[in-house]
Amino acid sequence: MSATVLATDALYAWVGVLLCGLGLFGFIIHRHLLRRLLAFNVMGSGSFLLLVGLAQDGRGIDPVPQALVLTGIVVAVASTALALVIFRRWHRVSGESTLPEDV
Amino acid sequence: MKRYLLILLAALASLAVCAALALAVIERPEARTDLPRVVAHSTEHAGAPHPITAVLLDFRSYDTLLEVAVLLVAVVVALALREAQPDGPDRMGLDNPLLRAVMSWLLPLMVLVAAYLLWAGSTRPGGAFQAAAVLAAAGVLLRLAGVRLGGFAGERGARRLRALLVLGPAVFVAVGAGTALGGRAFLDYPADWAGGLILAIELALTLSIALALLSLFRLAPPQSDVERLPERRRRTRE
Amino acid sequence: MSLLPALVMLPLSAALASTLLPLRWRGPLGVALAVLLAGVACGLLRTVVGDGPQAHALGGWAPPLGIALVADGLAAGMVVLTATVALPCALHAALGLRGEAVEDGFWPLFWFMWAALNGIWLSADLFNLYVGLELLGLAAVGLVALKGSAGALAAAMRYLLAALLGSLAYLIGVALLYAAWGSLALADLAGFMAEAGVAQSGSLTTLVALGLMSAGLLLKTALFPLHGWLPPAHGGALPPVSALLSALVIKASLYILMRLWIMAGPALTPLALGWLLGALGAAAVFWGGWMALRQARLKHLVAYSTVAQIGYLFLFFPLFGVANMDAARLAWDGTLLMLAAHALAKAGMFLAAGNLVLAVGSPHIADLTGISRFRPLSLMSFGLAGVSLMGLPPSAGFTAKWLLLQSALASGQWVWIMVLVGGGLLSAAYVFRVFRHAFVEGPARDRFASPPLALELSALALGSASIALGLVAQAPLEWLRIGSPLATGVP
Repeated sequence: MSATVLATDALYAWVGVLLCGLGLFGFIIHRHLLRRLLAFNVMGSGSFLLLVGLAQDGRGIDPVPQALVLTGIVVAVASTALALVIFRRWHRVSGESTLPEDV
Repeated sequence: MKRYLLILLAALASLAVCAALALAVIERPEARTDLPRVVAHSTEHAGAPHPITAVLLDFRSYDTLLEVAVLLVAVVVALALREAQPDGPDRMGLDNPLLRAVMSWLLPLMVLVAAYLLWAGSTRPGGAFQAAAVLAAAGVLLRLAGVRLGGFAGERGARRLRALLVLGPAVFVAVGAGTALGGRAFLDYPADWAGGLILAIELALTLSIALALLSLFRLAPPQSDVERLPERRRRTRE
Repeated sequence: MSLLPALVMLPLSAALASTLLPLRWRGPLGVALAVLLAGVACGLLRTVVGDGPQAHALGGWAPPLGIALVADGLAAGMVVLTATVALPCALHAALGLRGEAVEDGFWPLFWFMWAALNGIWLSADLFNLYVGLELLGLAAVGLVALKGSAGALAAAMRYLLAALLGSLAYLIGVALLYAAWGSLALADLAGFMAEAGVAQSGSLTTLVALGLMSAGLLLKTALFPLHGWLPPAHGGALPPVSALLSALVIKASLYILMRLWIMAGPALTPLALGWLLGALGAAAVFWGGWMALRQARLKHLVAYSTVAQIGYLFLFFPLFGVANMDAARLAWDGTLLMLAAHALAKAGMFLAAGNLVLAVGSPHIADLTGISRFRPLSLMSFGLAGVSLMGLPPSAGFTAKWLLLQSALASGQWVWIMVLVGGGLLSAAYVFRVFRHAFVEGPARDRFASPPLALELSALALGSASIALGLVAQAPLEWLRIGSPLATGVP
């Protein structure tokens, strides 16, 4: 097991771990909605890398997670677009780029 | 002060997640099933020779159908929010002669690339979504160049747009219903038809996904009325 | 032909059709199709009760290569519950939203949401559940945003951020589980995990995965202290939307969580974690009840009541995790009955609250003064739902609490009894607060708008159903056990 920890295939998975952590950090500290959305997308990329990188090391290419990631990307695009639509509308109505904190 | 606390919290949370993920990556066992081999074995009987396309449009076609539905949800919300509060005049076009000049070269090329990607999808990397993304990008460029996509203006145009948006998932569901009515499992393509059905689904999907992506770009309200911002801000805070 | 794919494809087709149809047809089509779907749902339940669990391999590819839809008693029960709640909501929307601008977006999103719900109840594949969760989340967010006001948009945005973070945590968990076991099918994973046992390598990866997935699902279920997004979203939406969100949407993530914990088995879900979830549930009951008591706006009161009621459902985890078979069975029965009771009662309450708000033309509880003489039917629906939320006999809420109480006694976890009793008292306090205002003979106003009778009847139907379910709970509870771990004797 430890032999595969640093294999080149696992590199993707490690970058994925890093991106997940970075994305979460950004998601928590930022208040500007666009930044939070970007952080979410960084985290999403991290999870896609994890999905592909973890599955293929040692066993060659596994088409299943690659197809899953393609599905995941479309879903991420749709969620990001929806968030942008709501954000732009919110910005238009209120003039704010952050959410009100008092709830 | 509060800011530092937030950063500390964020750092702790992300470090904890990183550590947990690292542990999970290091300690992962050998998988119990060799799914890639099953895929490789079954791709011969699927409707597409490329394993990823086979997974996307045959083995796990149901996922793909729901995924297109997710995209459509975003467009429906964008349409609804748009129509609830009509926006002012459209100021999206950049009046840039260079962009227009380049467009006349790029546009045919992009359509060609999209067609190639769709065609290549069955044997090598590519497929409906990639082709649709290129087509949508072409549409976005057109829009930036200030070209109006005439076919979708007015009430009739809006209806045409909706019909095309729904086309992809509708063809998908119709194929599924057809197989189910024919006594097979849902979306279980008959062997002789599999290739053709998948191609039909991919074609319809490409069109719908490209239009969905383009609509999402088009429907996000443009930034205008900048001078009235402070007033609006005050109103929301009250 | 199997009913399983039809249960997802019918609402999906309806969503596509109602994107295209002229506005005036969408409402009638919605109600007609909801009746049809309710029929199909009952057909599925009958098949499951008669012939045992059903499965359907989509595309003709058996898992782990393909995706299977599986209907055991629990899934069939949820499908029927969804139809039972959604049908009155469709009726309410068809009449209540007629001619309004929001109607254009409402119907497609309503159908997408129904498709996603049925997809989640029936799915037996981890990744497909993720896609289902996203479809559900995005449709729900869209429904909240539909009003287009600043408040609705802020609530939708907050909801969307929570939903996205939650599903991402879930997706990371899916990636880890796939890496560790090589399959996405729930049945495969359950088998592998039972076979491997806890001592084997890989349990750590599985634990991290389950932890992340659970955290994400808790955020989506709005368990205290992750509930911040729920009150503005549920309190601010249109009445039928609030009803659907509170009754069904948050239950979907809870349902997946329950499936995951059952799949992992007792070895990978230590009782301490179950206790943690139970404790958070207890905190939710008290915090949600207390906040409901302090709300000035009627629908926000009902929304905080949802925060509180979610708490009871999490008593499942400590009570089901014990080795005591009787306690586990009682916890299963009690939790599921509580889930159904809350779905019916809360949907009824939100619809009734929407009618009351419409009648007085103000969202504030204080403005309800004098309403009792003018809208007795809506107030009665509110009360019937309230009886079930408080847990008074003979409502389903009472029977559910009674079962949970017995489970707590059987497993020796006495502390939950306090939660059940204390939470009931708090809900009584906030329900009676509404009635206190409603029954005051006020000089303030004597003109109320009168919503159509069908709006009041749809609320009344749901409120009465939450009472009636308590009287006939025996048979449904037996159906829900079909194909469950309790039926095979391994809790």
